[in-house]
Parts: sequence; C-alpha cells; structure tokens
Amino acid sequence: MAGVTVANVSRSFGAHQALDDVSIDFPDGGFYALLGPSGSGKTTLLRQIAGFDFPDTGRIAIGGESVERVPVEKRRIGMVFQNYALFPNMSVADNVAFGLSVRGEPKAMIATEVRRALDLVQLGKLGGRRPHQLSGGQRQRVALARAIVTKPRVLLLDEPLGALDKALRVDMQIELKRIQREIGITTIFVTHDQEEALTMSDRIGILRDGRLVQEGPPEEIYDRPQSEFAATFLGDANIFRGDATGSGIKLPDGTTIAASTGASVPAGAKASCAVRPERIQISTGAAKPDVGNANMLTGQVSKRIFAGNNSTYFVDREGQTLKVIVQNTGAERLAEGQPVVLSWSPESTVLIAA
Amino acid sequence: MATTRILEWLGRFYIVLLLAFLYLPIMIMAAMSFNASPFYQLPFEWTTDWYASLWQNDQLIAATWNSIEIAIITTIISTVLGSMASLALYRYEFRGKKLLQALLFPPIAIPWLITGTAMLIFFFGVGIGRGLVAILLGHVALALPYVIVVVAARLQTFAPELEEAARSLGANQLQVTARVTLPWIMPGVIAGGLFAFAVSFDQFVVSYFLSTPGQTTLPVEIYAAIRKGFTPEINAVSTIIIAVSMALMLLTARFFKFGGEK
Repeated sequence: MAGVTVANVSRSFGAHQALDDVSIDFPDGGFYALLGPSGSGKTTLLRQIAGFDFPDTGRIAIGGESVERVPVEKRRIGMVFQNYALFPNMSVADNVAFGLSVRGEPKAMIATEVRRALDLVQLGKLGGRRPHQLSGGQRQRVALARAIVTKPRVLLLDEPLGALDKALRVDMQIELKRIQREIGITTIFVTHDQEEALTMSDRIGILRDGRLVQEGPPEEIYDRPQSEFAATFLGDANIFRGDATGSGIKLPDGTTIAASTGASVPAGAKASCAVRPERIQISTGAAKPDVGNANMLTGQVSKRIFAGNNSTYFVDREGQTLKVIVQNTGAERLAEGQPVVLSWSPESTVLIAA
Repeated sequence: MATTRILEWLGRFYIVLLLAFLYLPIMIMAAMSFNASPFYQLPFEWTTDWYASLWQNDQLIAATWNSIEIAIITTIISTVLGSMASLALYRYEFRGKKLLQALLFPPIAIPWLITGTAMLIFFFGVGIGRGLVAILLGHVALALPYVIVVVAARLQTFAPELEEAARSLGANQLQVTARVTLPWIMPGVIAGGLFAFAVSFDQFVVSYFLSTPGQTTLPVEIYAAIRKGFTPEINAVSTIIIAVSMALMLLTARFFKFGGEK
C-alpha cells in the first residue's frame, strides 16, 4: 500500500488543455473520489496515475517513488474499467489469475490467491463461468477481484458503477467500501455522480476544465464550498450575487443577506452567497420564523414537487427561482401560488468570493 | 392456410433450385470422372481408369503439388504478415497511415491480368524472372490485402480496454498480444488465411504469366492440358480437389464456433 502524490501535473492534447497544474495528495489507505462533469479531466488524471498516458509536466509519485515516466505494466496498480474489460476468451478464474500468471507465479500459489480473491468478492462458486454468462454486478465483482489479486499499491476505479442500475449500484457501493476497508488499499475513484462521491469517499476532489476546483472531506466541501461551481455541482444550492458588505452581501434590490461562513471578502467587492435548499425555512406570513434566522425574503410558491419523505418548493422572488426542501413532518403543505416567507441563519450562508 | 402452404412449397423449390444451380455442374463433372466414355456418352459405365491414368500423369501431379505447396506457403506468409500489419494499423498512429490504408484497397480491384503483366515486367527487371519463386511472391502480394482487410474488420469489434486491462495487470506487449488480442482476432486470422489460400490455389491469371513449362501450377497445367485435348483425367483431379477443399471448409466452419462468443 502506498499514498499517491500528484504535483503540478499538466497535460494537453493538441490545443485542448486536459489537465492544468493539478496537485493532489491521495492519503495512504484512503478512499478518494475525483468528481467532475464530463470533460473535466478526471479520467485523464486517472490515466496519468495509472500510467496509460504521461504528463507533459509535473510529478506523480506512488509510495514516494516517482513514476511519471514508468509505463502502466510496471507501476503495480490495479484498475477497474467502466465496462469491466473482462477477457471474453477466458473463464472467470483465468481472468482473475491473469495478473499473477503473466508474472510467472507458481500454479499452486495462483490457484490459492484466485480462490481467496473470488471468496472476497463472494463469487467463490463461479470460477468456471465465462464473463458473458454473468450479470452486470457479477462482472463488476470479477473485475474487482482481478484488480486486487496482484496486491497492487493503488486501486484505480474508472466510473465502475456507471453501467449498473440504481438498486444494484447502491449494493455495490456498500460492497466496494467493505472490500476497500478490508484490504486497506489506497483507492482513487472517478465519478460524475455527486451522491456516490459523498457517500463513499473520505475525500473528494472536484475538477473542472482540467483544474482542481476544491478538495477535502465531503462534509467540508458540502458545508463550505469555495466557488459557485463547487456549491452547485456537489449538492444543490441557491446562489445570490451582489456586493460584499463585510458581514454578508447586498443584493441589487437593496436586500442584505448576512453570512457567517466561507471566505472573507473586502466590502464593496463582488461576491455571492450559497444556501442549501434544506437549510431554508418556508412559512406563510402567519407563522413566525425560528429565532436566529436573520435572513428573510418573501416570495411566491411557483411549483411543488412531492417526493414522499420530502417536498421541493420552487419559490419565485425578484426574477429568481429559489429552491427549498422541506421534510415530510406532517405539517400543512403549501399550495402553488401562495405567498411565503423564506428565512435562514447566517451560519447556513456561505460567502463566496466572485 | 392454403396460401401459406403454397409459399412454403415455393420456398423449398427455390432452395432446391439454388442448390442445383450451385452444385449440378460439379456433380456432373464428378460423375463423369467415374464414367468410362471419354466423350461423356451415356449410359453411365463405372470406371476408376481416369484416376489410375491420372496417377500416371506426372506433369499434372507435379503441378498439383506445386499448387498445394505455393498455396500453403502463401497462406502462412500472408497471414502472419497481414495480421501483424493489421495490428500495427490498429494500434499505432503514424505519419502517412491514412495514405497507407488507402493504398491497401486498389490491388483488390486492379484486374489480375494487369497485375500479372506488371509483375512479369518487374520480376524480369529485378532478375527474379519466371518460375515458382516468382509465382509465390506474386501470390503473397495478391493475398496480403485480403488478410489485412479481414483481420482489420475483426479488430473493429475488439474493445481496446482489454489491452489496457491486461497491461494494468502487468502484462508486457508480447503477453498482451498473445493472450488477449490474438485469441479475439483468431476467427479473422483464420478467415484471412482461407482467403489467402483460395486466392493462391485458384490463381490462374498471374500464375500463367509467371510460370515456365516445367514450373507451373495446377490451374495453368489444366488449361494447357485442355488446349491439347480434353481428357476425363481433368475431371478426376478436379473431383479430388473439390472433395479436399470442401472437407477443409467444413472443418473451418466447425472451428469458427470457438471464436464466435460474446
């Protein structure tokens, strides 16, 4: 096992800058999610770490050893591909055995290790099957067993759950996490699914246009996004734009919004505030908002989407549509067209420098 | 009900007609190779004399062996070279690749008569002249594009992640090719090899230009024999060749099933 360091890595393909001066420390034994929209460079970064492609500039180290010019077959990594990439001409057991077999390990040792790896992914009995006889979830497990049987230093996962349906994906998330904990391997996981990134990883790095936007533990990024992009890409957020006042921002219509989290922006500069939809309290004029909800706006419900355990209200205000999520507590539901008061605390408001 | 039955009957009739069209001439030829009359006269009188006299026809037998030898060597050389070329075109990007790929197709379309003339002139120019070596070189050149095209078509269905997966597991280029890529393209390689064999074994035009009286192939020898005067020996040798090649085709068809899974 080993940590991975990416330092000032840049890579361009012709005129397209796929990675622009990216630096990330992947902690030893951690589960790290690289999150970003398609074209953000997350897969390119993973391929640099794997060794399928080399950076133009910058350094990549695995376990302290520089590897940026070492080809993939000598890096001792394990990788799970989006479409599993199982060898169709081999049985499940031969697929898993491949990495040990090309190294010339003794047959008896290979058989033991393959059995152990298949047991770990709970496919002990399917060694004799061919890949095309397996379900999507089973192929996924074979791909994982094949990647870890060689005891790699790092496990790289390229959107491994993307091809599975929703229910199976949740099962596999739990399973993947269990296996990762069990063998304690440093894992780097590429995904465009923010929920997957939040639930599975110890740390998240958000990429956009080849640059690292923000990185840190999921709670930190969710609670204190440093950019509008981070706020809206990881979870939902209402964004207000205006001029910084020193303790918040002043909107163009004169309304002030107090913020006590996030960046400090000098008064007068352009700034924005992000508020999570579940932090906003919605009420009719009659009900009093909670104490401490210093921020207050009025608006009109334009739409309500009922989702069982919660409802999402879209509230129109001064040409902007705000999103509010209310837990289903049995309280009276608000009708579309009804005038409402929105309120929330300065602690729930993140100030972002423009 | 009645119309379906009529359609069904018409369908069967069509298949019988098609098979008759394909196989009747061959069957008549095979039958005549066992008929005593050298002028295809009926009634049919069983004999194996033509096979016996074929055995005495040293020229025809020598040409047959030449043809088989050249076809096998052509198959081996063009299948190996063609498959490697196809893999290289699949894997690597290099200057002039598009041009090279475009240049692979015209030889298939150029009439063999013209290719044959060009080869005759060329081989004389470089001092190889005519003979079995010239025929072999010519056949390899003719067969190569077929192999490359057929293997390339199979490679189109190959998932490049498979090579990447193999490399990530520590396999070097040779191991990747031998254990992952080759097994996948094998049906294409075999089909390409069959094409190469057929192009060489069937080849008349180019062989005719490049052969000398002593050094010739079966099609050229048959042509020469027919010009001298047709004998049912030709039927006999043709029947043997048809039997052998049909057996070969059926075997390959069986083997093909091994690769056709996904």
